[in-house]
Amino acid sequence: MENTLLAIVLMPLFGSIIAGLWGNQIGRRGAHIVTISGVGVSCVLSFQVMWGMINETIPSLNLTIYEWGSLGNLSLEIGFLLDSLSATMLCVVTFVSLMVHIYTMGYMKDDPGYQRFFSFISLFTFAMLMLVLSNNFLQLFFGWEAVGLVSYLLIGFWFKKDSAVFANLKAFLVNRVGDFGFLIGIAAILHYFGTLDYANVFAQVDTLAMSQPTMSIGLGEWSVITFICICLFIGAMGKSAQVPLHVWLPDSMEGPTPISALIHAATMVTAGVFMVARMSPLFELSETALTFVMVIGATTALLMGFLGIVQNDIKRVIAYSTLSQLGYMVTALGASAYAAGIFHLMTHAFFKALLFLAAGSVIIGMHHIQDIREMGNIKKYMRVTWITSLIGTLALVGTPFFSGFYSKDAIIEAVHASSLAGSDFAYFCLVVGVFITSLYSFRLYFLVFHTKERMSEHTRRHLQESSQVVTVPLVILAVPSIIIGWWTMEPLLFGDFFKGAISVLPEHDTLAIFSREFTGIWSFSIHGFQTLPFLFVVLGFVTALYLYVINPKFTENLTGPLSSIRWILDKGYFFDAFNQKVLVRFGLSTGKGLWKLGDEKLIDGLFVNGSAKTIGFFAEIVRKIQSGYLYHYALMMLIGLLLGFSWIAWPFVE
Amino acid sequence: MIYQVPWLSLLIWLPIIGGAILLFTIGESKEKASKWIALLIATSTLILTIPVYLAFDPLSHALQFVEQESWFESVKIQYYLGVDGFSLPLIILTSFITVVVILSSWNSVKHRVALYMSAFLMLCGLMNGVFASADAILFYVFWEAMLIPMFLVIGIWGGPNRVYATLKFFLYTFLGSVLMLVSLIYLGIEAKSFSIGDMQRLPMSLEVQHYLFWAFLIAFAVKVPMWPVHTWLPDAHVEAPTGGSVVLAAIMLKMGTYGFVRFSLPVTPDASMYWSETLIVLALIAVVYIGFVALAQKDMKKLIAYSSIAHMGFVVLGFFIVFSLIENGRFDAAVMGIQGGLIQMISHGFISGALFLCIGVLYDRIHSRKIEDYGGVANAMPKFAALFLLFAMANAGLPGTSGFVGEFFVILSSFQVTPWYALLAGTTLVLGAAYSLWMYRRVMFGEPKNKDIASLNDVTTREYCVLVSLAILVLLIGIWPAPLLDIMNASVEQLVNCGVKSKLSLEGMCSE
Repeated sequence: MENTLLAIVLMPLFGSIIAGLWGNQIGRRGAHIVTISGVGVSCVLSFQVMWGMINETIPSLNLTIYEWGSLGNLSLEIGFLLDSLSATMLCVVTFVSLMVHIYTMGYMKDDPGYQRFFSFISLFTFAMLMLVLSNNFLQLFFGWEAVGLVSYLLIGFWFKKDSAVFANLKAFLVNRVGDFGFLIGIAAILHYFGTLDYANVFAQVDTLAMSQPTMSIGLGEWSVITFICICLFIGAMGKSAQVPLHVWLPDSMEGPTPISALIHAATMVTAGVFMVARMSPLFELSETALTFVMVIGATTALLMGFLGIVQNDIKRVIAYSTLSQLGYMVTALGASAYAAGIFHLMTHAFFKALLFLAAGSVIIGMHHIQDIREMGNIKKYMRVTWITSLIGTLALVGTPFFSGFYSKDAIIEAVHASSLAGSDFAYFCLVVGVFITSLYSFRLYFLVFHTKERMSEHTRRHLQESSQVVTVPLVILAVPSIIIGWWTMEPLLFGDFFKGAISVLPEHDTLAIFSREFTGIWSFSIHGFQTLPFLFVVLGFVTALYLYVINPKFTENLTGPLSSIRWILDKGYFFDAFNQKVLVRFGLSTGKGLWKLGDEKLIDGLFVNGSAKTIGFFAEIVRKIQSGYLYHYALMMLIGLLLGFSWIAWPFVE
Repeated sequence: MIYQVPWLSLLIWLPIIGGAILLFTIGESKEKASKWIALLIATSTLILTIPVYLAFDPLSHALQFVEQESWFESVKIQYYLGVDGFSLPLIILTSFITVVVILSSWNSVKHRVALYMSAFLMLCGLMNGVFASADAILFYVFWEAMLIPMFLVIGIWGGPNRVYATLKFFLYTFLGSVLMLVSLIYLGIEAKSFSIGDMQRLPMSLEVQHYLFWAFLIAFAVKVPMWPVHTWLPDAHVEAPTGGSVVLAAIMLKMGTYGFVRFSLPVTPDASMYWSETLIVLALIAVVYIGFVALAQKDMKKLIAYSSIAHMGFVVLGFFIVFSLIENGRFDAAVMGIQGGLIQMISHGFISGALFLCIGVLYDRIHSRKIEDYGGVANAMPKFAALFLLFAMANAGLPGTSGFVGEFFVILSSFQVTPWYALLAGTTLVLGAAYSLWMYRRVMFGEPKNKDIASLNDVTTREYCVLVSLAILVLLIGIWPAPLLDIMNASVEQLVNCGVKSKLSLEGMCSE
């Protein structure tokens, strides 16, 4: 088993190294063959492992691969933890990654950085697999930052573009702010648990729950668990782009579309959700932390959805949609419905990757025009892209029988059942969020695939369906976007699939409350048509139909309060402006101030050159018998040395 | 058999004598020959470290490969050499970096090549001497002697403002060392021996310890350099030729922190404990204040120089948190703090050295160190871009590179003193990434700024090999630091369990 897991992780790394270092020698064909086979092997093995876990032929495992280092009695090891949670993530990551690898052959066909791109996405797959398979915090942090590195490399893939290299630096730095919290959380774990191993930490959770230790950090007493959980969650807020650390994700759309699908929708950004689910034994002990998680998630879900409505770049609409959906997942975690969060993570990975790749297909067809105001009626030219996009959209908004419906409804029901502080607010945000999701999704869908053809004549003439390496992954991804929901909902949410991997206290078990109303997948789906969320979906659809198809003039001539709201939305609630004008400016001027005033004026001006001048003054006197600057100073020092020496030695002479 | 060879003497005197011979016999006329001979000597020195590394017993904290000869019988000064877990990695680092420097200066130094090469060989021997000395006076002689070749390197091959820089450099370091000499003489008289080990075992009153501590501190703090005596470093770096900067950053700074573990902590443990909070505050100022200052730099070398000060702050932090940790019975965390500091020393040697080499590669081509003169270099130099990015990321402490290991250990252990230390030290995650990657972005990314940049040649095979060898080490320590930790472990545990025990009463002292 150890070898299988090693192969799953190392095959993509192997492909990445070959394509990266010897890209010129093996050529384009060689690069995609070696990376795709690497990820392909990983994917097949992952499903094999998953199959084994479902049939219980493969038990949960906790393996040590090697000792990274030892300090005193503390041993830091690199190892794998295989259980239902990591197995699920393995399948999602390798499957989407494989689809994206294949798709890339078409999307990046003419790019001079073809080999480099394949090397990077395989490297990403490796880092992400290290992250999900980790059995300790050190390795988790390694994977955490390594995916951040690859994200940086890929957002800035077209490094000639100023906007791209602005975006990748921003992404890295914002993530570093999150990682800062994460690292402090890890430090706190080592301090209070004396280990960085998951198993050892979780084993001590019960004793900690009994003793309820507190710590004081200036601002009063904190429960240790709350402190740890909030610190870890700050890390998740960076990686999973939760308000206010969400600002990097929309800009990350500067990267090529395949990685927007893989990294910035399906996998990396869900690392935070995965991490919190993994840490469920800890989070369960702190209702404060859970409330914090839920409120942040719900706020993100609603606020970011609104921003999706006013975007005109096809990828940015989907990016804001991703932000909003990540908010749903995080809210689920806050309601202790970890399984529902992971379930939505999985369904979302498929239909969002599908939507992104379909958008990429449209972008190829449109010759890299991404503005939806210049599209329209594309259904006529790109049939496969159109149908698969429609499937993705229906899944996203939560139409019964499509995968997104099950996971999103489970989250909403769980939050509804939650009795934590803030759960009412969260429920409100999520339900309104359904309407917003439906509105921006159908707006995008209508403006791209229906309505008038607004592209230039030149573009229109060349508009045609993308090649098969592009459309086949779309079709393959469309399948789970439809079926994965009703197929896996029962075992994931109500069965004991995640038993042992996720732990929920009985008093927080919102999914159990939900399960009492659940009477089987078919009746649940049928019933789905009569619920409040579905009403909101329809409402969103109708609104989008009216605003963008029937009466498109309406949004063009906004007046009064609507136009100010639009202005605020266009500015993204001023997060970027604040960061740029206040934080960045503060950082730079502090640096400059400390440098010019502290270093140059005070230390150098007053003390160093000042004392040199003082010495120089005395040297003027000594100059009569000496010459040469350096000797002056050296002489003065020797005199000083003698004085000092005699001063110290004096008492001993007597 | 292997223990009968005077390995340490060879490591010291082979490069020194080799350098002298190179200078006086080959001379300036035969440039090519002098380069090859210098490379041969440096490589031989590096190869000599291999048997020392292999035969070193990592389970013992005692000095190994000891050579002890009487030198000045009357005053008990000895020619006394030996290595332990603290010094061995630094000697290997020094010998390795010397090879790197000689290779990297192959074509960039045009005049007085033999003198240049021999200066670096001598530097190598003298610095090995500093780390291998077990006698305080011998230590001091090497410590001061190495200033001379460094002084020459900056003074002869330096930039336009080199006189100011050398003067500042000389003044600062000389001022510090003089006070150290006084303390060493005092200690020698008291202990009736100049053996550093005897000094460490000498009981002392707190008052005497205070004097000695401050005398040592000034000497070491200037070298590290710690805030606020750091301003010589950026100037020295800017004026120094590439090789000088590499040695300065990679090795010379480590002499200061080496002094802390060799002298300050074990010789004056009570004073160190008394002043530890002050030192911690200074270290944190170095991390935060200097981190911000680095952000504002316009000159690449200055930026890396400031980043060095910030990174060295972690070493000081890691060393001086041990007292509160031991007081609270957290020995593992104390070991982690010291190990973190030591790893950071080695790692910073590779990373800062590599970054200065990268700047040197650019300077050789464009003759500017100003960030604004660059832009879009990655277009013309893809291989270089990849390597430079690796080192910039390592400088930002990315896990998987050596830069992460030390900072990680120090932040984790400082949290155990108080979360505030960890919070302040942790700002490096953001600041370090900001200054490293923002510089990288302005220099490497974007459209080529001008015709010169568009037509740059990528790294030559020689440059490539040098940078790749550094990259391998940076990655190796990041992925698997265990071998390095194991070498140092016994010495670190001895220091934590024994070396820093109070000297105020005989019962409290460790008898080994």
